[in-house]
Amino acid sequence: FVNKLQYLARIDRARALTAQTAETDAIRFLVGTQSLKFDNQIHIIDFDDENNVINKSVLLHDAGEIWHISGSPADKAVLTTCYSKTSESRVLTCAAVWRMPPEWESGNHESPDDSSNNPQTLELLCHLDNTAHGSVACVLWEPMGDGKRVISLAENHVLLWDLQESSTKATISSSATLEGKGQLKFTAGKWSPHHNNTQLATANDTAIRGWDLRSMSQIYCIENAHGQLVRDLDFNPNKQYYLASCGDDCKVKFWDVRHINEPVKCLEEHSHWVWSVRYNHSHDQLLLTGSSDSRVILSNMVSISSEPFGHLVDDDELSDNEESQQEDKGKEPLQDSIIATYEEHEDSVYAVEWSAADPWLFASLSYDGRLVINRVPRALKYRILL
Amino acid sequence: PLWIKAAAPSTNNNSSSTTPPDSDPNGRRRIHSMLKLYYGLNEEGKAADQAESLDPCDINGPHFDPEVYLNKLRKECSLGELMDHESCMVKQIRSLDSDMQTLVYENYNKFISATDTIRKMKNDFKKMEDEMDCLSANMASITEFSARISGTLQDQHAQITKLSGVHTLLRKLQFLFELPARLNKCLELQAYAQAVSAHRRARCVLQQYSHMPSFRGIQDDCHVIMEQLAQQLRQKFRDGGSSAKDLSECVELLLQLDEPAEELCDKFLSHAQSRLEADLQGLEAELKDSAITDTDILEFIDRGCNEFVSSLCLVIASYQELFINQMANGKLHVFVDTLAARYFSLVERRIQEEKGVSDNSLLVRALDRFHRRLQAISKLLPGSAVPSHGTEIVVQAARERIKQYLSALQTFYHDSLTDVRQALAAPRGASSKDATPSLPELLASLSNFILNQLKSVLASVHLFTAKDITFSNKPYFKGEFCSQGVREGLVVSFIKFICQSSRQYCESAGDRGGSTPPALLLLLSRLCLDYETSTISYILTLTDEQFLVQHHTPVTPVTALCAEAREAAQKLLNHYVKVQGLIISQMLRKSVETRDWVNTIEPRNVRAVMKRVVEDTTSIDVQVGLLYEEGVRKAHSSDSSKRTFSVYSSSRQQIRYAPSYTPSAPMDTNLLSNIHKLFSERIDIFSPVEFNKVSVLTGIIKISLKTFLECVRLRTFGRYGLQQIQVDCHYLQMYLWRFVSDENLVHFLLDEIVCSAAHRCLDPSPMEQSVIEVICERG
Repeated sequence: FVNKLQYLARIDRARALTAQTAETDAIRFLVGTQSLKFDNQIHIIDFDDENNVINKSVLLHDAGEIWHISGSPADKAVLTTCYSKTSESRVLTCAAVWRMPPEWESGNHESPDDSSNNPQTLELLCHLDNTAHGSVACVLWEPMGDGKRVISLAENHVLLWDLQESSTKATISSSATLEGKGQLKFTAGKWSPHHNNTQLATANDTAIRGWDLRSMSQIYCIENAHGQLVRDLDFNPNKQYYLASCGDDCKVKFWDVRHINEPVKCLEEHSHWVWSVRYNHSHDQLLLTGSSDSRVILSNMVSISSEPFGHLVDDDELSDNEESQQEDKGKEPLQDSIIATYEEHEDSVYAVEWSAADPWLFASLSYDGRLVINRVPRALKYRILL
Repeated sequence: PLWIKAAAPSTNNNSSSTTPPDSDPNGRRRIHSMLKLYYGLNEEGKAADQAESLDPCDINGPHFDPEVYLNKLRKECSLGELMDHESCMVKQIRSLDSDMQTLVYENYNKFISATDTIRKMKNDFKKMEDEMDCLSANMASITEFSARISGTLQDQHAQITKLSGVHTLLRKLQFLFELPARLNKCLELQAYAQAVSAHRRARCVLQQYSHMPSFRGIQDDCHVIMEQLAQQLRQKFRDGGSSAKDLSECVELLLQLDEPAEELCDKFLSHAQSRLEADLQGLEAELKDSAITDTDILEFIDRGCNEFVSSLCLVIASYQELFINQMANGKLHVFVDTLAARYFSLVERRIQEEKGVSDNSLLVRALDRFHRRLQAISKLLPGSAVPSHGTEIVVQAARERIKQYLSALQTFYHDSLTDVRQALAAPRGASSKDATPSLPELLASLSNFILNQLKSVLASVHLFTAKDITFSNKPYFKGEFCSQGVREGLVVSFIKFICQSSRQYCESAGDRGGSTPPALLLLLSRLCLDYETSTISYILTLTDEQFLVQHHTPVTPVTALCAEAREAAQKLLNHYVKVQGLIISQMLRKSVETRDWVNTIEPRNVRAVMKRVVEDTTSIDVQVGLLYEEGVRKAHSSDSSKRTFSVYSSSRQQIRYAPSYTPSAPMDTNLLSNIHKLFSERIDIFSPVEFNKVSVLTGIIKISLKTFLECVRLRTFGRYGLQQIQVDCHYLQMYLWRFVSDENLVHFLLDEIVCSAAHRCLDPSPMEQSVIEVICERG
């Protein structure tokens, strides 16, 4: 049984990684490359669970280097990228909605020797026109939505877009602007899957802000959430008020947004900036973090998870036999702990992502273009399940 | 005749003595013994002499036979020998003769006077004999007369004895008859004691003869009077007011009057209680006033001892004197315990008010007096729990005192730190040199302050165990107070507090990094390290010596404390590195983020921010150098500042040979840095540092350069942007290598920065190395 697989993307640099959100059968990740000199690409990484093989396909993304990538939750062929465009010696980061050409999947798996095979190009659906608002930091799809609403964070603006006519037209339905001293700029954001998808969390500098999308107004603000810049956020998929954040102070903090004065918990395991934090979609005690100390850390935060006492056992099950009780006695309750530190990367890890299809699988991407797919250790998996 | 007697042995000796008599003490003794022999005086070893002297040839023996001797000589000796023998004998005889003569002359006069004396004595004894006879005759006649007289007086003597018996009986009777009157008089004069003793004397007699009417009358009278008396006594008793001594007298009399002891006892105690309560109320009032009148604790305890404790002792003593035979001690115990409990609560309240830690001796003296006076109770009332309770109060007070000292020490420590902070915040350089002390001076003074304060506190606490303090020999003060109280509760806690509060500086200040000045972090780290290396063991040894601590319970070992101090020092130093690194990082980050790197002009100078970085690093180097040792660095090349970046050339190569991108061909741009990474160790940016200057500086530079790298990676560069980065990195290279332990680290990070900038460059055409060098050397 192979616990990890590596894929050294033959690309210059890469920062953008996402799981294909709408794909629930195949384990598939999308990686966007970052190169100023060459054509940028989207690498589609397929992991064949049964054979432990990685298959990869390449799609051309000729608009520019990719800073952020995000897949539609409704249509697995649709995705958004944030890319930088240089025009008149000005660098601007734009966002667009793309569709993968339908043929890519049909036997177009690139083989190492097959260099002659020219990659296919992404089909542009529409631009999220941001010339008025400045560089886009990220684009967020409505979680579990119908793929018709996205939010883009551009400089200090929150823009809510409606995608119409099968995503070929994007119109701003509402927007909000963060006002304040100095040049404010969003660095990260997350659309909350709770409260009927009406809430958004953003990060700028050291603060984390919550927004109500109906009124487009701020609902909470955690000033100085981190000692330095906040790099990433993620919502606990099962606990509606819980939120994890990470930043340049090497810390990962957990917040209950109802009590924003103090973090619920704070981890300090990385030795440099933490760039990415992700809750496991199904088992929210599992938390993945990636840092520019080239490490990926998988933590088990039982105490603040939705299953603090482990898997709940049904009463029927208990009364069934006494053996299970004895087993329970033997099992100690799980403690908050670091499960594993993955050191396969040799450069800063800017993105980590759980697979959308298999909750026990995750990928991490470092700047040198190395993608590593790992599994949650089996012992832990069984402990969580049983 | 004496002369003849004395001469006789000389004849005997004439032929026998062979030794010259003069000059030899042995010879003289022999002469003496011979004389004694002659006079028949007994001598020890006489039998042996006789046995010896049976030999007829022994010239000195009594059985000496000249004939036998002569024959023997003639038979055995030659003529010459005989001649010699003869002449020798003649010589001896001659000397014996002269001895004899001398003796006779010497003793002649004595003999004469002795003879006279004896003759005189003979005459006197004869006279005495006659007188003795006369005396014995007289004595006989006296004896006869005496016997006759006593015979005649016998009858009269018996009569006299009888008469005197009657006389005493009459006197007794008179006493009885007079008793009622006397009692009345006593009653009038309030001479109760006399009355009671008189009545007591008469009581049994009256009881015995009560069948006779006259006696009965007397008895009844007495009864009435005594009843009256008892009534009066009871009244007096009930009134109270009178002194304790009076009271006890009263009780004694009533007891003698067969009053029920139980009742009396209760009454007695209730009276005593009311008086003691008055004392307590007085104390309580003083306690309330103490805030106003400002009496010290010693006065308070004094008053308590003199008033309450001494009257309590008096009560106990008189109780025991009065009731101890009749009553069990239980009542007294309850009584004493309740009152003492109230007294104790007052004392406790007063002790609790004693908050100031300035003068401990007063408290110790007060407690000593308190404790000493309670010992009196323990002597009077052996089983009482009061003294032990009192000891508990003393123990509690001592415990409380230690806590107060600990908190005082903690406040002192905080105050000292505030002082240090102010000294650090004071503008440096603006004023003259001596106005702002340097870091080592501050450290030394801080550490001295703390140590002195601790020592003075130890001295104060030591008063509790002084020899002249009564409670110092209690087991608590010998054992637990020293080990658990002073050592653990005070010294160890204080050291732990220092470590803990130091650690708090790391946590509270961690978020924005600004609240604690970095110099303070550095200073505290050094302080903790000093504690680890020497101060802790010094303090603990001092404590152990001063308090002769015998550890019955496990105590915190020195090593654990040292480990804690070291941990704190490490944490502080790490935090210092983090804070300083952050300050430089922020400068670098701002400089990278705010600049438009695409549209920048061709570099002519090193950017000011880089110079600032080098300046700041240099001043940090100086600052750390004041407190920490240099540390070791890896050997470096002879001229590191001149080193040209290998990657400059390689990056140039990369760009020159930049292949048109083909997905199949592996990019060799990555290869070099990947190979480099393969062989270099992973760099932990925020890793713990060692306690030396080089390691600290390495940490700060690592953090700064890594920030630089990450910021560069987020930007896009134009041609001149890249060139500016090249210049800046070269400048940093020139100056930063000397601060770090391993210059390769700086090389590696700077390589990465330039490499990343090259990758992020729209038009990557690097600057010539020589031009870079010229720019950097120019300034």
